[in-house]
Amino acid sequence: MQQKDFRRLALILLFAPFALWIILLIVLPHIGIIALSLREKVAPRVYEFGFGNYLDFLHEPIYWNTLLRTGSMSLLVTALALLIGFPIAYYIAKLAGNRTRGALFLLCLIPLWVSDLIRAYGWILLLRETGVFSSFLQWAGLVDQPIEFLYNDATVIMGLVYTVILFMIVPLVSTLDGMDNSMIEAGYNLGGNGFTVLRRIIIPYAMPGIVSGCIVVFMLTAGSYLTPILLGGKNSSWFTEQIYNQFITRFNWEAGAAFGMLLLLFTSVVIWLGLKLSGQTLANTVAKS
Amino acid sequence: MLATNKATPFLWGYRLYVIAFFVFLAAPLVAASVFAFNDSVFPALPWQGFTLDWFFNDSEPKLGMFHDRRLLRGIYYSFVIAALVATLSVTVGTTNAFLFVRGQFPAKNFFYIVMVVPLVIPGVILGISILVLASNTANFMENRYDFELELLRPGIFLVVMGQFSFITTITSLVITARLKKFDESMEEAALNLGASRARVLRTITLPYLRPAMIAAGIVAFLVSFENFNTTLFLVGSEAPLTITMYDRVAKVGSTPVLNAVSFVLIIGSGLLALISILVQRDKSVRWAPNA
Repeated sequence: MQQKDFRRLALILLFAPFALWIILLIVLPHIGIIALSLREKVAPRVYEFGFGNYLDFLHEPIYWNTLLRTGSMSLLVTALALLIGFPIAYYIAKLAGNRTRGALFLLCLIPLWVSDLIRAYGWILLLRETGVFSSFLQWAGLVDQPIEFLYNDATVIMGLVYTVILFMIVPLVSTLDGMDNSMIEAGYNLGGNGFTVLRRIIIPYAMPGIVSGCIVVFMLTAGSYLTPILLGGKNSSWFTEQIYNQFITRFNWEAGAAFGMLLLLFTSVVIWLGLKLSGQTLANTVAKS
Repeated sequence: MLATNKATPFLWGYRLYVIAFFVFLAAPLVAASVFAFNDSVFPALPWQGFTLDWFFNDSEPKLGMFHDRRLLRGIYYSFVIAALVATLSVTVGTTNAFLFVRGQFPAKNFFYIVMVVPLVIPGVILGISILVLASNTANFMENRYDFELELLRPGIFLVVMGQFSFITTITSLVITARLKKFDESMEEAALNLGASRARVLRTITLPYLRPAMIAAGIVAFLVSFENFNTTLFLVGSEAPLTITMYDRVAKVGSTPVLNAVSFVLIIGSGLLALISILVQRDKSVRWAPNA
């Protein structure tokens, strides 16, 4: 009896911090922001319930174009990060020798937590008109005047891929590392060529890692602020910039809240679709990485 | 095995690709670091000679980072915030690990997913939603009871709460993974030998979890230190380093003192990341060779 009471008390004590964290910092703030986004300003300091903020979003092409642009560019960045990152992860997990493997994985883990700001700043120094690449090209005599590599979509995409790719590679290495090499050898012995083995054995096995990497990368890209602003300049049209403008510059919290909810809805739908299409769940992908 | 039954030109091409990738990975970090040592007021070529002025010089125009009051204050606030976030999130991460590994309660799988969700919410949204709730609560208290809740106005407390809200997921996952591998018969043995529950926790279970707790704490510290998106909305007058640096980049443009800060941060976070890997290395290494 005493044992049972003890267990119950322990459970309640353990559940309390979890519940406080989730309710106070996740659930209530989101309810608050949904309520705020449904509040229309009808006159100074007079508000009423309505979908006006969302209708404004639909009526103003700039807003939904920005969301579509952010969404499609984020999907492109996710696909590129997977295409570029998968071979690297495969090399680290399966092809490199024992010592190289540890060293290469360390090289991936050490810059993982360097701030986006420093990464973007480094790219600015390399790519701007007076930057290293431009100077180098002039010095080599390939061009006769400075070239501006910044402030275009290709650079923004490159910068975003750069910022997020390690979040793709690290879960992939963990997943591929757990794969038994004999599975791959069996595929070859049964007459499969490299492509068949990749498609029928390696990719299905790595699926939880792939999905996990894609979810994190997509979310980080769609929610990123520094990289598109710093590398794309004032016209980068990233949706987070709209949220920031509404909140900080125009002090229109109602519209900002509606934009925030739209971004959250959008990323949630994409993540949900990705999980459904790949047959994975949040618990066996992101939770494992 | 895999490497040997492929054609060598292919493998050489593959290796070149891997090398090219790591050059790409290092390029901006090297660029940000190297110009900290260039004796010029612009972080650009040509190279004017080596200097440490951007770290230690005490007067304009080449004010070094260790004499730049605002940058130092930013570093100080970042440290305070990161230390608070790391302590809090490791504490709650540990209780969460015990809750989900040891606890038996209804809808456990559902709550486990709920625990993971903060990690897939964009940081901007965590920032604005916590700002809105805190401001509304503070306004309500002020209007209704004429009581000013300074704590809920943008400032260090809100920044800590905002970062804690998603970093706790990371620490919980790291510590849960380690606790799952724990052999409970060790606890039973200690209990049978007459140890109290508190003593078993203190002398057996927590020491076993320590590497994961240290690693989770370091990762929490690093994520907090580099966070920008959530912090941006919650920051008051005590701006942490990323905000101070962003202001500098946006208003003054690039100056080599930012390269000096970048260099220190790259080295510092690299070393911390290395330590977090080494403390976890002994038994439960994810990337350990299969052999």
